[in-house]
Amino acid sequence: MLLAAVVALLLFALPLIGLLQRADWGNLLDDLRSPTSTAAMRLSIETSLMATVLAVALGMPLAWVLARTDIPGKAAVRALVLLPMVLPPVVGGVALLSAFSRRSPLGSWLYDVFGIQLTFSPAGVVLAEAFVAMPFFVITVEAALRGLDARYEQVAAGLGASPTQVFRRVTLPLIAPAVAAGAILSWARALGEFGATITFAGNIAGRTRTLPLAIYLQLESDPESAIALSLVLLLVSFAVLVGLRDRWLGGARR
Amino acid sequence: MSVRRSLLALFAGIALLLAACGSSGGSEASDTTKAPSSGGGATTTEAPLEGEITVSAAASLTESFTDIGAAFEEEHPGTKVTFTFDSSGTLSQQILDGAPVDVFASADEKNMEKLTDAGLVKGEPAVFAQNQLVIVTKPGNPEGIESLADLADAGIISLCGEDVPCGKFAGEALENAGVTIPEGSVTRGQNVKATLAAVTEGDAVAGIVYVTDAIAAGDAVDTVAIPADENVIATYPVAVLTDTQDAALASAFVDYVSSEEGQAVLEERGFLPPA
Repeated sequence: MLLAAVVALLLFALPLIGLLQRADWGNLLDDLRSPTSTAAMRLSIETSLMATVLAVALGMPLAWVLARTDIPGKAAVRALVLLPMVLPPVVGGVALLSAFSRRSPLGSWLYDVFGIQLTFSPAGVVLAEAFVAMPFFVITVEAALRGLDARYEQVAAGLGASPTQVFRRVTLPLIAPAVAAGAILSWARALGEFGATITFAGNIAGRTRTLPLAIYLQLESDPESAIALSLVLLLVSFAVLVGLRDRWLGGARR
Repeated sequence: MSVRRSLLALFAGIALLLAACGSSGGSEASDTTKAPSSGGGATTTEAPLEGEITVSAAASLTESFTDIGAAFEEEHPGTKVTFTFDSSGTLSQQILDGAPVDVFASADEKNMEKLTDAGLVKGEPAVFAQNQLVIVTKPGNPEGIESLADLADAGIISLCGEDVPCGKFAGEALENAGVTIPEGSVTRGQNVKATLAAVTEGDAVAGIVYVTDAIAAGDAVDTVAIPADENVIATYPVAVLTDTQDAALASAFVDYVSSEEGQAVLEERGFLPPA
């Protein structure tokens, strides 16, 4: 039993150790400062933050509807929302391509009427990232809403607060930790997105080549840079874990 | 969710996967259970060949090598050739990292040299084909692209990655033509098939791929020829690797690629014979 547990632990630890020992620590900063690396990092930060904003702005109402209303077919709606979590990302990319490429009805309409082309554009990266990341926000916030005692909201409403006021002054402060956790989770997922992005938005330097794409591409031409960038993402993942330690690492309050 | 339901979901998923690949799995099984009989081909040696080899081949060889592999298996019952198709750079890197591969066919000489230099190639690599580049556009060529120069401001152009042979050659061809496409409108595929897919499936307005890939794409693209003085010739070497588990079978396959039958398949797919 203990032996198997150690093997399981090694399974996680060995790749990390491998990454750390292969890194070229002396030139790490130079590798990270190369134009290709900085362009990928800037793009990744911008698109992942925008995808998170999108996930929060759209995911919040969705979570509220799922937790608080009794719409018909709610199980189907929830299944649809959660599908991207289990769907292979490259399939998500193909699906996005089918829906929004210029040869699809919707995509060609967007292009003809508004001149908007999502494929091969930073906006396409944001869309692909939001597609895979939003479910993490929705289920986190929905769970928090369900766990909330509805009487607080009822009392606030009874005291004359409008539904908007109730949400802003009572509900939101109560679920704030879950909102923050959900946002961080979606952001981490968006930052790591690869399959849907390369399929839907392509691989254009400075426009759609995010960190994971740059790592994949540079592994052949410039392995040191690829490893340096991998370390950056590893560090970010650790930071996310530390940020969410109360939820996941058995913090005192939960 | 109960344990039973979780298990049920798992089994349902596996059953679906098995059902989806059922047909190919079945034929594979029948292939390997076939009793080896003496091959009737001209290239057979004294002992009948049997066993399995893995061939890593440039993505541009996908169609022709699949055909050649099937013909080879037919000529030598009891043999099985498994292919990995990707960019030559990715494949050579995998082999350097210890991938168990018997034969490597590259779309350029540089990636073969990497393996020769590392002492991973048995004997001398043999050049078996040549290829050229062509511009592919959407069917009907809506942007009216007529030359490499037109690619500079046509929209998103799909090229192979700079370390992928087809990307390196495309760069050379553009340089020959004195054309610079701003990097902000170039999407880079990780191999030639991905580069082609950005035009056929995605919204890239045009791309530069091998003549053979444009032929394989059929009606999905229109082609615009690149003049000979701007075009680049890609040279394809093939070799048996030192780590091979079955040198006889691997050599027989390499010989078959250069044989009349192999060359006929390559020619049919649009490859040029070795110089």
